[in-house]
Amino acid sequence: MALEKITQVKGQGVYIPGDEIDTDRIIPARFMKCVTFDTMGEYLFYDVRKNEDGSDKPHPLNDERFKNASILLSGVNFGCGSSREHAPQAIYRYGFRGIIAQSYAEIFFGNCTTLGIPCFIATKDDIKTIAAAIEADPSLEITLDVENERIHFGDQSVTAVVRDTAQKALVAGKWDMIGELREAADEVAAIVGKLGYEAK
Amino acid sequence: MGKSLFEKVWDAHTVRTLSNGQTQLLIGTHLIHEVTSPQAFGMLRDLGLKVAYPHRTFATVDHIVPTDQRVEPFADPLADAMIKELRKNCEEFGVTFFDIPTGKQGIVHVVGPEQGITQPGTTIACGDSHTSTHGAFGAIAFGIGTTQIRDLLATQTMALGKLKVRKIEVNGKLRPGVYAKDVILHIIRKLGVKGGTGYAYEYAGEIFDNFSMEERMTVCNMSIEGGARVGYVNPDEKTFEYLKGRPYSPKGADWDAAVERWKSFASDADCDYDDVVEIDAADIAPTVTWGINPAQAITIEETIPTVEGSSEDEKANTAEALEYMKLEGGAAIKGTKVDVCFVGSCTNGRLSDFEEVAKYLKGHKVAEGIKAIAVPGSQVVDVICREKGIDKVFTEAGFEWRGAGCSMCLAMNPDKLIGDQLSASSSNRNFKGRQGSPIGRTVLMSPVMVAAAAITGVISDSREVFDIKETVGA
Repeated sequence: MALEKITQVKGQGVYIPGDEIDTDRIIPARFMKCVTFDTMGEYLFYDVRKNEDGSDKPHPLNDERFKNASILLSGVNFGCGSSREHAPQAIYRYGFRGIIAQSYAEIFFGNCTTLGIPCFIATKDDIKTIAAAIEADPSLEITLDVENERIHFGDQSVTAVVRDTAQKALVAGKWDMIGELREAADEVAAIVGKLGYEAK
Repeated sequence: MGKSLFEKVWDAHTVRTLSNGQTQLLIGTHLIHEVTSPQAFGMLRDLGLKVAYPHRTFATVDHIVPTDQRVEPFADPLADAMIKELRKNCEEFGVTFFDIPTGKQGIVHVVGPEQGITQPGTTIACGDSHTSTHGAFGAIAFGIGTTQIRDLLATQTMALGKLKVRKIEVNGKLRPGVYAKDVILHIIRKLGVKGGTGYAYEYAGEIFDNFSMEERMTVCNMSIEGGARVGYVNPDEKTFEYLKGRPYSPKGADWDAAVERWKSFASDADCDYDDVVEIDAADIAPTVTWGINPAQAITIEETIPTVEGSSEDEKANTAEALEYMKLEGGAAIKGTKVDVCFVGSCTNGRLSDFEEVAKYLKGHKVAEGIKAIAVPGSQVVDVICREKGIDKVFTEAGFEWRGAGCSMCLAMNPDKLIGDQLSASSSNRNFKGRQGSPIGRTVLMSPVMVAAAAITGVISDSREVFDIKETVGA
């Protein structure tokens, strides 16, 4: 399956401050009552963005200045908690194409990579610097250079990490693994037999 | 140098190294439920693929199931559509479904072990982060996303990076009234919610050796709350004893061969761990959360942390948690008024949890104005509790006894907090909005502590309420 090689992601940014932002917050459980991911984008960060009557609360995503943002910045252990792919799906369908955070929860990180969303790991200070630059100029273009593991914004740039396997997969256009996984059907059958996983 | 169980299981299930450097890993057992699988079956259809090993996939319905009215159609049309979709997918692709009429339905992490599907030395995956529960049996069990469910359905394998292994050794003797739930909350508090990122946790030492299988499951269940995707305990005689005679356990001569194979997967005495953490069991007390992540926990005797007293890195998180929880830094957690009490979930909805609570609940009454619900983790647990009269102990005390499901743990069903109600909960997450109300508040604790809160109407020390002086259970 030929996939797009994701070597660079360009776009405007929005900073959502806070640590330990869990997947329940990214997409509250009640919006997972569905059999497709189609509507997920509408409910991104719903409970922190909306009042019970549906009106907006103050939140970076409700700020007109950041409405075109496609790169999300946050803090420590972003995406912790539930394994729900609904969370990265909501982020993607809302329009985000890249994330910068200090660290990520394991399952969330994997889910993002499988959707072709690069997750950059940057230092707290660098994230603050980028956030300040966005605040000063919301139209500032941020470039996530996946290939060289750098983030460019305005005339500045910082080094940031995209974990090795994710970086390789994105740059090679192999972030969705199903094609490659299917190639090994015979080897899989052999191990299934050897380990006794055959039908009873 | 010997190998750890994690390495042995990983090596045995490795198919090959993929072009991105990850490992293609065979997953022996795939568990699915109604929330995270329908989109995966949809992707499979779009690609024109079949389920490669349908007999290695098992389904149940848990998150959306109502726990009171269980007759279809469900009152919520979305929930009704989800159970029907799962039923259709299982029929079409040939997957075993522990549907409600089978009497085997329940929370996926309760059903797997109960049916004997969860076995040592195997790999297991499920689209639910609490899949780590199955590590109690010496299985390596991963919570996964929906695209990986698709990969797994289509190939019975996944692309994964190898984890490091941290041995967490807890030795000594637990104090009276301290449970498995307190042990894991203590570990998460000590190591942090992201402390386990990149690691599998191997739980070792006297405490886990002495724990029952159900207690081991409680601990492994919450590994993910500490950031570890995988947690496990080496299999032993207790593991084999639990599995003997279960519907999917090997029988006859196959049983003896299986036990020999299972034993061979246990960590070697001389294996090299990436990290070792030692904890003294005597340091662990009944523990409750005060904040909005499971590491924000204190013992029942401690006061709630203050912003000023928090480390520089934690100040903002402490302030955010105190504001959301409407709690005051420096105050005692004991005596905080509760509104709802919930015993259940994949962490503490097993037979032993209800048995242990029943032991103390007898003769007590739930305080006025408190909504208290007991939700068995599976239909099998429900039936056994009814046979033993445990349900009666709960209902006579004023608890509602419900049908099996995830219930108020994540509130994808009618069981939800209202407004800013505070819930004393035996579940696993105290995230903002987790129990169904965007401003609802959750305090995690052991089931016996939930019972103490139910009868006093406030967060209480169960040792005082129930006069617990000797170790019962553990």
